[in-house]
Amino acid sequence: MRFLLLFSRQGKLRLQKWFTSMSDREKKKIIRDMTTMVLARQARSCNFLQWKDLKIIYKRYASLYFCLAVESQENELLALEIIHRYVELLDKYFGNVCELDIIFNFEKAYFILDEFLMGGEIQETSKQIVNRSIEASDMLQEAVTAYLNIKFQKCT
Amino acid sequence: MPAVSKGDGMRGLAVFISDIRNCKSKEAEVKRINKELANIRSKFKGDKALDGYSKKKYVCKLLFIFLLGHDIDFGHMEAVNLLSSNKYTEKQIGYLFISVLVNSNSDLIRLINNAIKNDLTSRNPTFMNLALHCIANVGSREMAEAFASEIPRILVAGDTMDSVKQSAALCLLRLNRTSPDLVPMGEWTARVVHLLNDQHLGVVTAATSLITTLAQKNPDDFKTSVSLAVARLSRIVTSASIDLQDYTYYFVAAPWLSVKLLRLLQSYPPPEDAALRSRLTECLETILNKAQEPPKSKKVQHSNAKNAVLFEAIALIIHHDSEPTLLVRACNQLGQFLQHRETNLRYLALESMCTLASSEFSHEAVKTHMETVINALKTERDVSVRQRAVDLLYAMCDRSNAKQIVAEMLSYLETADYSIREEIVLKVAILAEKYAVDYTWYVDTILNLIRIAGDYVSEEVWYRVIQIVINRDDVQGYAAKTVFEALQAPACHENLVKVGGYILGEFGNLIAGDSRSSPLVQFNLLHSKFHLCSVPTRALLLSAYIKFINLFPEVKATIQDVLRSDSQLRNADVELQQRAVEYLRLSCIASTDILATVLEEMPPFPERESSILAKLKKKKGPGKLPDMDDSRRSVNGSTEHSENTDTTNKGSTHSFTDVLNLNSTPSSGASLLIDVFSESSAPPAAIDVSEENFPRFVCKNNGVIYENQLLQIGLKSEYRQNLGRMYVFYGNKTSTQFLSFSSSSPPQLNVHPKAADPMIEGGAQMQQILNIECVSDFRDAPVLNIQFRYGGTLQNIAVKLPVMLNKFFQPTEMMSQDFFQRWKQLGAPQQEVQKIFKAKHPMDTEVTKAKILGFGVALLDGVDPNPANFVGAGVIHTKTTQVGCLLRLEPNMQAQMYRLTLRTSRDSVSQRLCELLSDQF
Repeated sequence: MRFLLLFSRQGKLRLQKWFTSMSDREKKKIIRDMTTMVLARQARSCNFLQWKDLKIIYKRYASLYFCLAVESQENELLALEIIHRYVELLDKYFGNVCELDIIFNFEKAYFILDEFLMGGEIQETSKQIVNRSIEASDMLQEAVTAYLNIKFQKCT
Repeated sequence: MPAVSKGDGMRGLAVFISDIRNCKSKEAEVKRINKELANIRSKFKGDKALDGYSKKKYVCKLLFIFLLGHDIDFGHMEAVNLLSSNKYTEKQIGYLFISVLVNSNSDLIRLINNAIKNDLTSRNPTFMNLALHCIANVGSREMAEAFASEIPRILVAGDTMDSVKQSAALCLLRLNRTSPDLVPMGEWTARVVHLLNDQHLGVVTAATSLITTLAQKNPDDFKTSVSLAVARLSRIVTSASIDLQDYTYYFVAAPWLSVKLLRLLQSYPPPEDAALRSRLTECLETILNKAQEPPKSKKVQHSNAKNAVLFEAIALIIHHDSEPTLLVRACNQLGQFLQHRETNLRYLALESMCTLASSEFSHEAVKTHMETVINALKTERDVSVRQRAVDLLYAMCDRSNAKQIVAEMLSYLETADYSIREEIVLKVAILAEKYAVDYTWYVDTILNLIRIAGDYVSEEVWYRVIQIVINRDDVQGYAAKTVFEALQAPACHENLVKVGGYILGEFGNLIAGDSRSSPLVQFNLLHSKFHLCSVPTRALLLSAYIKFINLFPEVKATIQDVLRSDSQLRNADVELQQRAVEYLRLSCIASTDILATVLEEMPPFPERESSILAKLKKKKGPGKLPDMDDSRRSVNGSTEHSENTDTTNKGSTHSFTDVLNLNSTPSSGASLLIDVFSESSAPPAAIDVSEENFPRFVCKNNGVIYENQLLQIGLKSEYRQNLGRMYVFYGNKTSTQFLSFSSSSPPQLNVHPKAADPMIEGGAQMQQILNIECVSDFRDAPVLNIQFRYGGTLQNIAVKLPVMLNKFFQPTEMMSQDFFQRWKQLGAPQQEVQKIFKAKHPMDTEVTKAKILGFGVALLDGVDPNPANFVGAGVIHTKTTQVGCLLRLEPNMQAQMYRLTLRTSRDSVSQRLCELLSDQF
């Protein structure tokens, strides 16, 4: 895998993860290319695109697009399921995840991703084990919750 | 309540984020951010020491600001401080900040590395995982240097926790991708292979990823993984879906692991062991059978995971390319998918069939799906699917179906998306040329291309059609007639005017007998387009006119009037003006004889490679086809110089030569092309290149490079600076003649003109001389192709010539002090390459010395404090540059190992020299 991007329907970037080192300029260009390319796709098109020598696999969940770039020999369908597994993990953690969760808890979204992927390869495919280790790390944290109040203000 | 209630909300951060979201404009956002940055800066600079929580909060805010797309130039130190906190959340934020905002600031890297080191040795699995993640996320060379030898130890240590093993495996994988030279191979590799037997499937998955990557570089070291992978795969494939508990994904048993195992097996040829092989075949059959079973779930995740395994199995079947039944089954399966209602599956089936089409076992089976694919081209709504259909049609095309496929592609071109038009044009042009049985069809096809998609017809395409028409006299009359007819259209594409102008200028006489296309009619037709064309086309037309004067004396006066008009003679464009003046003058003063000589028909173009193919390859990008760059960079002689062998008009500008001298353009890329026109029996790529004796020539220049029952090839070579000369001796070992003997050396080499005789008598020897010039540093050696007839059969032999980078060494003597000074100057990490390896031969000092001298460097005595070590220096000469090189070889008698270190100013040179030399001991 080369990178994973999450962006909204308006093209706002919500999460970026790069699995190879790249300059900021390259990153910005890729983000621009990906958002324009993916957002221009019609509904019910296939989930795969060829972009330079990479395969782009994208899928929309509610208001968010998940966009993953993999090398040409990688398996597209399984890449699609990597996205789905990540969404499941976010769902489990946030309880029916929405875009706001990822905006306000961006660091959590990164941590969960790190439990699941590493260096561009899948690290743990068992949902139970990933969830357990995310929960375990939460137990290590000091419990203060102000975020929830804010979330409620935003939602109402 | 969601799980976040256990979390650590940072109120300040949440407030800040919602402030940003409430900003009505970009300016307001920037203002709010600047205010926050000022606040954080003052907090960080303040006298009062910040507690961990505040530090974490501010660092997190900085991270948020950075991820919004703003620059952050401070806070790194605070983030590094967080790393040594013993509160998990603080450490975690610290690591996240470092991972996202790596800074090459060297002081900081040292501090970061220290913190990582502490965490790695903490024996706390959570901390160890954080540290490993940080290394993998950053993956920089400095980190590789610091940890590449430590991580394998963690990976194979008996007491390491499973989760840490997984992280360690993937971390090592990442480091191996970025700095493969720094990851030491050693006894740990054998133990990594055995992780494939681990009970924990997560560990197996991570280990498989690592082994797959490592095995691609050192297949021999990981050979034993094949049987383990097959065994593991077989157990998964035959397991009931509940056996694997949480590793079952939507009723599919361990899809990720299965796919990874299948990928690993693609690094190797089919297993030789019969039992193992049949076990693998069984697995693949089971996977194919499962595709026919009814789905266990209606969820798309189920079918995706199941088909992911299926596609990977098919990829392995294609890779092995040895079991015809499996190949045909795979093809049938893909055929089913071609008509599946899921767009994704149709897309993947088209893609996968493309590779299947190149296997001789399944090529015919793929062809049976042609109608479906053509239909996909017409009916698919999604452009990326249509593009795959075009690719597949291209791949399945052969002589039997070329006419239909080309016709379909042409008709698709009329409605094709602009984004893929150029590619289709190139593909049509290539197929039309490659499979043309009769060249009238070829000419028609290309003219159609220009008519339908003129804007997308690149220069290469129309150059090519002209080259072909000029070289084949059977098609010239037809071509002239056809372009003449095509030019009748009131609006025709400028590319057609170019082709028409050129062809009528050369062969207009072939149709001049018909009064409907008399010389004057031809000229008027061309000239009616003149004013609508760009300058280069007008220049070409002027050349066509002067050719007309030679072909048809009866229109001379008309053409001279045109040339004489103010719009030509006083044209603002200097190129056009010059042509008009010169051509007019030429037509006035030259006798018909001279005119006929100067304006003679173009001689046939040398049968050169089609530049269209190169263009397609370039368009496809490096991933799709093998990387050709290296071969272009290799020992290169004539190709780059022949750019401008000029024609008659010395004074004219460059664009002029380009227009007339068609063959000057493709030269830059020429060496990497395949000549699709050549009828000669087998393309060189089809023969195995002999390189068995190649390594013996690294440290010496003379010897036998190739021998079989018929032929022996000996070499003598000498090198000076960037030039070399190689004498090749072909010895006929039989008692009969070799007939039609020819040897073609790669285009990169200058071959001496007095090359090979077409015949070698029985028992005789023939000599050939090759001149070599090293243009820039290179990896791949040139290949010599030899062809001759012995008895009734044509023999093809390809031999890799031992032209290596080190041949262009000039030894350099220097004193100890100089040596160390230069050694230090070449201290940047990418300039050094080091390799530790086991001795393959007895470790004899004298032999080693001879080899180092033979390698080309000077052996320096008294430089290394340890007299057992060897130190050498030399300069590599290439045409463009010189590369200084220092080397040091440290034998370790006890361990029977060597350590070789090379430092040069170029990493590619260091790398290549190290590979060459380390193989010799």
